[in-house]
Amino acid sequence: MAPPSSRRSGHSRRAQYGQFTGYVLAAIGAALGAVLLGISLWRPTSFNGVRTAAADTVAPAGEAGAVVRTEGQSLFDKISGYLQAGAQNAELRKEVELARIRLKEAEAVREENARLKALLGFRESEVKPVAVARLVASTATSTRRFAYLGAGRDQGVGVGMPVRSPRGVVGRVLEVGDDSARVLLLGDSESVIPVRRAKDEVVAFAEGRGDGRLRIRLINLGINPLRRGDVFVTSGAGGYYRPGIAVAIVQEVTPDGAVAAVISDPAATDFVSVEPIWQPRAVDAAKTPVSQEVGGPAGE
Amino acid sequence: MIGELSSRARRDRYGSKINRTHSPIRAYVVPWASIMLGSVLPLFVIASAVPLIPPLGFLMLLSWRLVRPGLLPVWAGFPLGLFDDMFSGQPFGSAIMLWSLTMIALEIIETRFPWRGFFQDWAVSGFLAICYLIAAAVFSGGRVGPTMLLVLAPQALLTLALIPVLSRFVAGLDRFRLARVRGID
Repeated sequence: MAPPSSRRSGHSRRAQYGQFTGYVLAAIGAALGAVLLGISLWRPTSFNGVRTAAADTVAPAGEAGAVVRTEGQSLFDKISGYLQAGAQNAELRKEVELARIRLKEAEAVREENARLKALLGFRESEVKPVAVARLVASTATSTRRFAYLGAGRDQGVGVGMPVRSPRGVVGRVLEVGDDSARVLLLGDSESVIPVRRAKDEVVAFAEGRGDGRLRIRLINLGINPLRRGDVFVTSGAGGYYRPGIAVAIVQEVTPDGAVAAVISDPAATDFVSVEPIWQPRAVDAAKTPVSQEVGGPAGE
Repeated sequence: MIGELSSRARRDRYGSKINRTHSPIRAYVVPWASIMLGSVLPLFVIASAVPLIPPLGFLMLLSWRLVRPGLLPVWAGFPLGLFDDMFSGQPFGSAIMLWSLTMIALEIIETRFPWRGFFQDWAVSGFLAICYLIAAAVFSGGRVGPTMLLVLAPQALLTLALIPVLSRFVAGLDRFRLARVRGID
């Protein structure tokens, strides 16, 4: 194909200047972009206002998309259910019998638990979610893992609040618009969450790897006690997440910890709930520099 | 004796030429609107594990620029990138910079290789798209490492496969853009 003739400005001064101005403007645009990028890498919250306003405008469309998505998923589930019905039936029957026994055991434990708590004077406090909403969108092209929530400031959502699905932790609210909020998902490479092994007190950090899995980094180094299939729950350290919510399940053990899969896949959840920050005072305290807290001068 | 005129004599690919002309609104709005729509669409897919959806807005920009050189001004990367930044989840400014640089790079490539063809266009836009994916990952503000590059591979493959499809689609949009729909009174 021949080159377009419009590139040749010929002897027309006007066309020549027009083309030159175009190049200058493009170069200025690129330079301005570099400056903006530098600012937002340095201070990631600089342009939140623009972004949240934009997210607010597309949130209703995302809401409709979320409905279609969950309905589509349940349709696929139904079809595959029909195909596997026989084998699954026998398997499930066996499982139910075991589960009944475990249930009785759990009841006993629960009663004992209640009795011990009454003895200590503990009161069981039920956490009421701030808002229940759908995940309406996600950044599907970027390497960062953010999702957008269909509830925002008007529904009482605030920065830092944990987001969970019935299965486990989904992420944490990063910025809030009027009717939408941006959520940092567990798999993002900047996400770190304090966890402990469900069955004992092995504490660790679960960091996002950026490929959908988490890296479990043990706090106490030594002999690695982790096994495949270990479940990690939130430990409550840091004050954001209430302890005991499921986070991840170990897939492979590495020399210094493990690689784990996220239990609550955001793509498979319908509704998520936003919970209040578990211990707001602990979070505030973590933000305050020690020197200020103590009240003394910053240094000698 | 004068034979009957061919039934297509007064038509071209944009429709009948009698009493009909192009709509200026359509001619100017369609490219910009379709690129902006490409920036917004990937949002509605919930991708929790890895980025999988090709950067549709960027690919639309490349396709329009290659299918219709001269239609988008050189500085179009700035406003369109600004719009993309509001939705992409990248730090603000990354698309502004990368899209502007892409437009300048395309100008340079075009002066160097003025004759074009299908495979050359595919190679050029594939090369630029993969550079864009890697640069966007580096500037994403996340941890840069081998995992990040590994994660990009499926997205890059999908992007390469989508480029010819998108350029056909843009050619279709271009026919829609220039369809003679306005009646001349």
